[in-house]
Amino acid sequence: MTLDKLPIGKQGKILAVNGEGPLRCRLLDMGLIPGTGVMVRKVAPMGDPVEIHIRGYELTIRIADAQKIEVEAVGREVAV
Amino acid sequence: MILALVGNQNCGKTTLFNQMTGSNQHVGNFPGVTVDQKIGDVRDVKGCSVVDLPGIYSLRPYTNEEIVTRDFILNERPDGILNIVDATNIERNLYLTLQLMEMHVPMVLALNMMDEVRGNGGTIDIRKMSEALGIPVIPISAIKNEGITELTHAMVEVAQKKIYPKITDFCEPGPVHRCIHAVSHLIEDHAENMRISARFAGTKLIEGDMDIIERLKLNQNELELMEHSIVEMEHERGLDRNAALAEMRYDFIEKVCEQSVVKCHESKEHIRSLKIDSILTHKYLAIPLFLLIMLTIFWLTFGVVGSFLSDLLAAGIDSVTQMADAGLQAYGINPVVRSLVIDGIFAGVGSVLSFLPLIVVLFFFLSILEDTGYMARVAFVMDKLLRKIGLSGRSFVPMLIGFGCSVPAIMASRTLSSERDRRMTILLTPFMSCSAKIPIYAVFAAAFFEKYQALVMIGLYVFGMLVGIICAIILEHTVYRGNPVPFVMELPNYRFPSAKSVLLLMWEKAKDFIQKAFTIIFAATVIIWFLQTFDLRLNVVTDSANSLLALIGKGIAPIFRPLGFEDWRVSTALITGFTAKEAVVSTMSILLGTSMENLSAALAGVFTPLTAISFLVFTLLYTPCVAAIAAIRREMNSSLKAAGVAFLQCVVAWIAAFLVYQVLHFIL
Repeated sequence: MTLDKLPIGKQGKILAVNGEGPLRCRLLDMGLIPGTGVMVRKVAPMGDPVEIHIRGYELTIRIADAQKIEVEAVGREVAV
Repeated sequence: MILALVGNQNCGKTTLFNQMTGSNQHVGNFPGVTVDQKIGDVRDVKGCSVVDLPGIYSLRPYTNEEIVTRDFILNERPDGILNIVDATNIERNLYLTLQLMEMHVPMVLALNMMDEVRGNGGTIDIRKMSEALGIPVIPISAIKNEGITELTHAMVEVAQKKIYPKITDFCEPGPVHRCIHAVSHLIEDHAENMRISARFAGTKLIEGDMDIIERLKLNQNELELMEHSIVEMEHERGLDRNAALAEMRYDFIEKVCEQSVVKCHESKEHIRSLKIDSILTHKYLAIPLFLLIMLTIFWLTFGVVGSFLSDLLAAGIDSVTQMADAGLQAYGINPVVRSLVIDGIFAGVGSVLSFLPLIVVLFFFLSILEDTGYMARVAFVMDKLLRKIGLSGRSFVPMLIGFGCSVPAIMASRTLSSERDRRMTILLTPFMSCSAKIPIYAVFAAAFFEKYQALVMIGLYVFGMLVGIICAIILEHTVYRGNPVPFVMELPNYRFPSAKSVLLLMWEKAKDFIQKAFTIIFAATVIIWFLQTFDLRLNVVTDSANSLLALIGKGIAPIFRPLGFEDWRVSTALITGFTAKEAVVSTMSILLGTSMENLSAALAGVFTPLTAISFLVFTLLYTPCVAAIAAIRREMNSSLKAAGVAFLQCVVAWIAAFLVYQVLHFIL
């Protein structure tokens, strides 16, 4: 599944960061590396972008970009 | 001695800079960049200055900010790098640190916000971290001014004794390790010639860094050898080059943190931020709250505080002017010289100063919005709206300020993180009808559209935005084609802004505006005065219809024939609008030989409702005032581009007014 499909508040683990060019490099630089834990915290009022929680901080990315990140859910529910 | 201050965005870099230098700051220009760097003399250390480089997350040559920082270190060769990191978000912050270490420049790591880490029960073993990273590590709290002296001393010592980072190897033995070493070895001679660290060049080459490839002047054979070993690594590692290197760095960081960092449970500041965000970025509350905040700021800036300060300033200028006037008259000086001093020079200085209250008050609020972290939330909430025109949510606030005054709006675009977005925002801001144009709209609406005044006003604002959007779409597909900078933005914890930073920013913006805009605004005012005062034979005019300005007005009047208003008095008034938009109305009343009260009636003799609409559309869109042009020149760092913007606006205004006039003419 891709990151935009991960239910809000559910822990996930990054499997792959697809896409290319500056965007992909920026995602990698910000710590979105395969194996890293990630959670979608909320969706912006207009439905895009999303706020994610990764490596202890909050990051916002657009849904189109979140679709390039493959994740798997890792069970544990987290309170938002 | 020159030090480079480098760090992520939102890590307290500017606060540290202000603490280290106090008010001994000036703006430096380095060749090839439009982003200014602030340089400050370090307190208590003679002959040592520190350069505040833009906040970045990585050293890739993608964004302008990254390029500026890289180029500064590679070309200007600072004596030391002072890397500041947010200790509460240590992993991601150290990612940049590792890349800086590779550059082989004496370096110190400042762990900022240690008070927050400790306050939440976390600890960082400074000694272990310093050993693991091979550079001195100093815990500080920039906002509380703790540890700054120790930091400065450590930095000066490292730079003087040229103590280089001890560790530049972050990889476990394996394919990535082999590849980095092979490439670094391959290009070692080139790197040495260019005085770039081979290790830094090596990893950047693996990441496909075109800038380094060009700098090192690699030949085809070397490029192929390099590519071969990278492909081999990708194959063995099962990850592509970029992911492999990013993973290597984060792996190393995780190990360093395991040894030296005891993470706190969720920090108070983080929990507080989440709570604030549950309201400020709430699904239904976010947009109304944002509008409320902006309306309050507008009301305070352009209403209460701003107008109080403006009135105070105007009263001050008036009384000084009157005193000077009386003095000159008593002295019996030549009336032309008196007119020059009073109507030219004093009016010019006055018009420069009249922007100051706006700038100071607005930047007071803006720096609070920025420093607290709210600006990032605005970008998060508003991003979707601006994406269609190729911008990100970050441009929203500067454009919104444009409805008040273009000058601070253009100046506010400085905080945008990409050069492309910044330029596009500056170009679009003048389409947001500024408050100085309201008197023009009001007079015409009252004269021609008595029943529909509000509708005409709203219609003009909306039309301005529509034309702006059309222009943005055209720009996006022509001049600013190509991928916009990715919108991947950190939402930092909310923090209290430091009074010092806020005050310094206000002071800096006010000073900057006066220094950079004074000459242009002043010159424009004096030139317009000259043109209004003299006729072709340089005699003082008695009838304003004979002035040089009127002559020019008559000359350009035919340009407006297709727009429906060819009267020279109208074109002359439009020219005076260049110094300030308010002048359009006052000039028109002078030229029509009527008082401001009877202007509406007099206008009926010159305009029909149809040509009035055409005129309003033209006024809405034509050249920004000279102060705004001066601000554009300052932010784009180019007189030519500023002139280009003014010209472009006039062309757009002409076309829009032409279309509106012709279409309405056809229908009615």
